Amino acid sequence: MALRNILGKRFGVGLAGRRPLSTATCDVESGNAKAINLYSAINQALLIALETDPRAFVFGEDVSFGGVFRCTTGLADRFGKARVFNTPLCEQGIVGFGIGLAAMGNRAIAEIQFADYIYPAFDQIVNEASKFRYRSGNQFNCGGLTIRAPYGAVGHGGHYHSQSPEAFFCHVPGIKVVIPRSPRQAKGLLLSCIRDPNPVVFFEPKWLYRLAVEEVPEHDYMLPLSEAEVIRQGSDITLVGWGAQLSIMEQACIEAERDGIFCELIDLKTLIPWDKETVEASVRKTGRVLISHEAPVTGGFGAEISASIVERCFLRLEAPVARVCGLDTPFPLVFEPFYMPTKNKILDAIKATVNY
Amino acid sequence: MALSYLRSSSSRSANFLKPLSSAASLRRPISTDTTPITVETSVPFTSHQCEAPSRSVETNPSELLTFFRDMALMRRMEIAADSLYKAKLIRGFCHLYDGQEAVAVGMEAAITKKDCIITAYRDHCIFIGRGGTLLEVFAELMGRQAGCSKGKGGSMHFYKKDSNFYGGHGIVGAQVPLGCGLAFAQKYSKDETVTFALYGDGAANQGQLFEALNISALWDLPAILVCENNHYGMGTAEWRAAKSPAYYKRGDYVPGLKVDGMDALAVKQACKFAKEHALKNGPIILEMDTYRYHGHSMSDPGSTYRTRDEISGVRQERDPIERVRKLILSHDLATEKELKDIEKEVRKEVDDAIAQAKESPMPEPSELFSNVYAKSLGVESFGADRKEVRATLA
Repeated sequence: MALRNILGKRFGVGLAGRRPLSTATCDVESGNAKAINLYSAINQALLIALETDPRAFVFGEDVSFGGVFRCTTGLADRFGKARVFNTPLCEQGIVGFGIGLAAMGNRAIAEIQFADYIYPAFDQIVNEASKFRYRSGNQFNCGGLTIRAPYGAVGHGGHYHSQSPEAFFCHVPGIKVVIPRSPRQAKGLLLSCIRDPNPVVFFEPKWLYRLAVEEVPEHDYMLPLSEAEVIRQGSDITLVGWGAQLSIMEQACIEAERDGIFCELIDLKTLIPWDKETVEASVRKTGRVLISHEAPVTGGFGAEISASIVERCFLRLEAPVARVCGLDTPFPLVFEPFYMPTKNKILDAIKATVNY
Repeated sequence: MALSYLRSSSSRSANFLKPLSSAASLRRPISTDTTPITVETSVPFTSHQCEAPSRSVETNPSELLTFFRDMALMRRMEIAADSLYKAKLIRGFCHLYDGQEAVAVGMEAAITKKDCIITAYRDHCIFIGRGGTLLEVFAELMGRQAGCSKGKGGSMHFYKKDSNFYGGHGIVGAQVPLGCGLAFAQKYSKDETVTFALYGDGAANQGQLFEALNISALWDLPAILVCENNHYGMGTAEWRAAKSPAYYKRGDYVPGLKVDGMDALAVKQACKFAKEHALKNGPIILEMDTYRYHGHSMSDPGSTYRTRDEISGVRQERDPIERVRKLILSHDLATEKELKDIEKEVRKEVDDAIAQAKESPMPEPSELFSNVYAKSLGVESFGADRKEVRATLA
């Protein structure tokens, strides 16, 4: 797999060293690329989606003026109120409405303002969206539905602006869950999600909205779903993660390298259906695996990855599967630094696993 | 807004209020003067499926001065919270209530501490109304141990068990079914108490609200749903979010009352009426027509979706504190200077509380794991790598 190095400034503040991220070739040609941040990349993706499909709609709370994170800036002005519009404050209604819209063959791009607020819509997603095609014998489907929600810690979000609810949705056959790690990934993945003929929940790492800046091609491109990506090659241990957590893991990898431990870092990108083959191939190479996510450890998606890997690679494993995740408490207010799976916790776990 | 009041003759009543002894420095004992005064509310009540209460509200000098003091305290507290937030001593989210003080204060005047109040995240002043102290407010905002929720809740999660204040909720609309549940319990306990479940115009479109209304009406619960309509659900104006912004009518089969939420006396009258109604006939909706000067939260400048003229217009015409001040002055219950002194006093109280709150320490690290479950359930929580940092979730 040819890995192309693309220089891009990932984070503006406090990084040990900037390392060019490599991405798979896929459909991304350098072409005309500009350095933009995550919310601008998402904005571009939405713009392209609305432009290329006249039956695409973007709606949610406060999206008209640009949204609380500016992801929808300028869309209402450009495409009009009939296609980009505000909804009242009712998540269950927003998703239900989106399912109906999609069932009529439209591309419904619904925004849930914060992933923490997605729970009123949980019934609609689990019971309606995911099972529509199945229970109607393929007569109907709501594949045109994409639900976007900002997720994850942001430093001061507290209980209801920091949650990572991806695990709840990974338990639902019939939908896809996708989480990008950077602006360039986000644009390509979001366009793929919108055009995917299945309902997708797309979680955007809110911490990176302004913080992550990368060269993003200006044209229309898509990145494949259900394909994990090895973003750093190594031989001693495999690290698996997604979203904002990858940057933390990468810092841990850099430090581990100074101690002679070479980590292979994999971005899962799509959580369900996830790319078992890529992860398995990596674990067969290294014999060790560590999974890290912000959500609480018990019942988090790391548990699924761990169980699957053990099933498939049991005899190859040199050490137990390590999970470095959020603690089993509600997302705290002042205790956030203690709760989070930080670089040092990951580093400790890497060393413990390698020296098992 | 014409304030008319009953008088037998202009000079007689004025004399009646003056002290019999000609005091020199300290004037009449206003703080305990309970001579009844009748005041008319700014606008009459509009009702839905019920008969509106009278426009004439009974009050007295002591109450009016308490209103003034309490609202001035709340106003000062919110402004101070604004500065603390900008100084990064308060982090996270902070939703300020200035402009809406009359609702908190008027409601308290009509009920007892045995009645329950539950509200959303704009809860600092309701907490004060329920008897909370400034120290508890500022400490909680700054995440310190002296806070009312031990520093673990923050701005959106103020609670006070001994005066039946059930908080303090972050998820929009989620507190309303909870409030109806409280009313259900009250009906069982037969102690003639009611629950006030507060929500905003944004939350008025939540499905769970209508579910709660239906159940409350079906079972005749003593629940009073109070829509604090400040006309903007964060950045969305009410007419863009609701087909029918007449929130007091949205209950359909549940009676409702529309109240001028900037008039503390109107609020008091409405809440008194609502409590009597709820105890006899089940749920009722109160729509408080109010206004917030700040944006939705500290991250919202509040001027991208409304004009500065609108904000300053409301401040000039309808400010709740100014209304009470005018009332006090026109009834000659206190001088301008005395009122200014009260404001100065209040300012000092707030500053002292902030200083004290700053001294309070952050919660202990062990508090991260405490109160996840009830005590001694013995559930263990592992550290990040499942080997160290074990704690028992209590």
